[in-house]
Amino acid sequence: MTTDGDTTYRVVPVRHYGRWVAAAVIAVLAAMVVHTIFSKIPTGQVACSTTNGVRACHAVMEWRFGWDVVFQYFTSSLMLKGLVTTIELTLIAMFIGIVLGVLVAIMRLSPNRLLSIPAWIYTWFFRGTPVYVQLLFWFNFAALYRYIAVGVPFGSAHFFTFDTLNITAFIAAAIGLGLNEAAYMSEIARAGLISVDEGQVEAATALGMTRAQTLRLVILPQAMRVILPPTGNEVISMLKTTSLAASIGVIELTGAAQNIYASNYKIMDLLICASLWYVIMTTILSIGQYYIERHFGRGALRNQPLTPIERLRRDLKGIAGKMHTSRPGVVR
Amino acid sequence: MTEFMVDAKNIAKQYGNIEVLKGVNLQVKRGEVTCLIGPSGSGKSTLLRCINHLEKHDAGELFVDGELVGYQLKDNKLYERKSNEICQSRSEIGMVFQRFNLFAHLTVLDNITIGMVKVRGIAAEVAAERARELLRRVGLENKEKNYPSQLSGGQQQRVAIARALAMEPKLMLFDEPTSALDPELVGEVLDVMKDLANSGMTMIVVTHEMGFAREVADTVYFLDQGVIEESGDPQQVLTSPRSERLKGFLSKVL
Ligand SMILES: Nc1ncnc2c1ncn2[C@@H]1O[C@H](COP(=O)(O)OP(=O)(O)O)[C@@H](O)[C@H]1O
Ligand SMILES: [Mg+2]
Repeated sequence: MTTDGDTTYRVVPVRHYGRWVAAAVIAVLAAMVVHTIFSKIPTGQVACSTTNGVRACHAVMEWRFGWDVVFQYFTSSLMLKGLVTTIELTLIAMFIGIVLGVLVAIMRLSPNRLLSIPAWIYTWFFRGTPVYVQLLFWFNFAALYRYIAVGVPFGSAHFFTFDTLNITAFIAAAIGLGLNEAAYMSEIARAGLISVDEGQVEAATALGMTRAQTLRLVILPQAMRVILPPTGNEVISMLKTTSLAASIGVIELTGAAQNIYASNYKIMDLLICASLWYVIMTTILSIGQYYIERHFGRGALRNQPLTPIERLRRDLKGIAGKMHTSRPGVVR
Repeated sequence: MTEFMVDAKNIAKQYGNIEVLKGVNLQVKRGEVTCLIGPSGSGKSTLLRCINHLEKHDAGELFVDGELVGYQLKDNKLYERKSNEICQSRSEIGMVFQRFNLFAHLTVLDNITIGMVKVRGIAAEVAAERARELLRRVGLENKEKNYPSQLSGGQQQRVAIARALAMEPKLMLFDEPTSALDPELVGEVLDVMKDLANSGMTMIVVTHEMGFAREVADTVYFLDQGVIEESGDPQQVLTSPRSERLKGFLSKVL
């Protein structure tokens, strides 16, 4: 640092002693937790053996967490089938949730009361009841409406009839989760739609775009920037909420784990096994979310921030550069 | 074909109880530049928006290019036009806004082509070629890949003008195109507009730039509290105003 233009001084950074202490405490605690996870405990049994007439006994030890069992079932066909069902359920429920949610949001914002009031009621109802109850409701739907038919309103002629006993547990779960999700998605979409500047609509209208074109080409793409981050959270949340479907008999990941431990009683090991799959999938989703958000953030910032990989590359380059032109910490 | 591109007779408009326009008469000949001046809140933007049918006027007759705006006269009845017809007529009128209103999620090039491609159905490559030509015309040929947020205000407004011109409009409406700009950027936008005026475009310009009005306008209208107080040749209107209100207004803006 130069003060009068001639003399240079060494800059001494502030030392954060408190931070160092906190970091040390956390590091020790973390090490202890990791140690308990990967340590063995006595089973209570004793194993004895006789060598050269000398009898020796020792306590039998086993892993605290049954990692062997976890990995034995991790890729078992039942778990993998459950995994696929979980993914299917997440995709279908989110698809229903997003499409219906955006539709409800557009209705909510319509100046026409006949559209906005039903949309409000929809959100009010589905946010007001527990999703677990909704799943049970759809699963038992046949008790209320035995058939769903398309025909003349209030008349007796039908073109198409659906037997509601055909609603399987999977369909009930997909519909229930999807309809419930739509209520939350509609609020997210509405926040996104109203975040777009009115001038954008005016400019699109002045160009001669129809209302539908304005919505599709101008408003929705810009609303995406606001809609996407919470939607990513919703997907991650949905992935885990699908485990409720186990309660109506869908054999998704949690259901599969339950089925297996019902016969071998290795409850904790199978729950860990299922949890590992959930963590792996949410991690993949988080990475995907980052790049999708980046894509829709175009134009919002003057400069796109670097991706973590680009940042890593830049940091490595910086370190390599410093090693070549290593100088003492003097700033001029 | 009538002599007038815009012919407004006794246009009235109110929001709730507020009468914003109280019987405005305005005539714009083909190829002429008309400047609309007046204090803030006098109804200038509202009048422009009525011409483009972004707002419905409540009373009076408004013709653009010899056709009623928003209605069709048949058997002595006014039929409201269908929305696709209204979109069609809007697409033939270019509009430039005070706050630019470029589409923030699209590059400069896409901002200019979107109307041509989506409204006019022009092929993307043809539209891109025309857009590049327009960018050259407004002096921004090297900015086509930038997003609006990466441009200065003056550059954004020039892109907005190019976007409007891409639709090959028969009439251009400017609503205070330089009011949101830093003083040193005003000139570059006015230059583009002067160029456009010289090329024979019919223009209605709401502006506080009296120099521009004097130099470029064929007619100046002074709008105050929803009525046209004074209109005529810019030299006469701006240098020897008759009404006290216009005198007061000019002393404030000059
Ligand atoms: N959508 C609207 N609702 C209610 N009042 C409005 C609306 N738009 C404009 N106004 C009012 O109309 C008057 C004229 O507005 P405007 O045409 O924007 O004036 P100018 O462009 O001359 O400043 C102002 O008093 C304004 O508050
Ligand atoms: Mg205005």
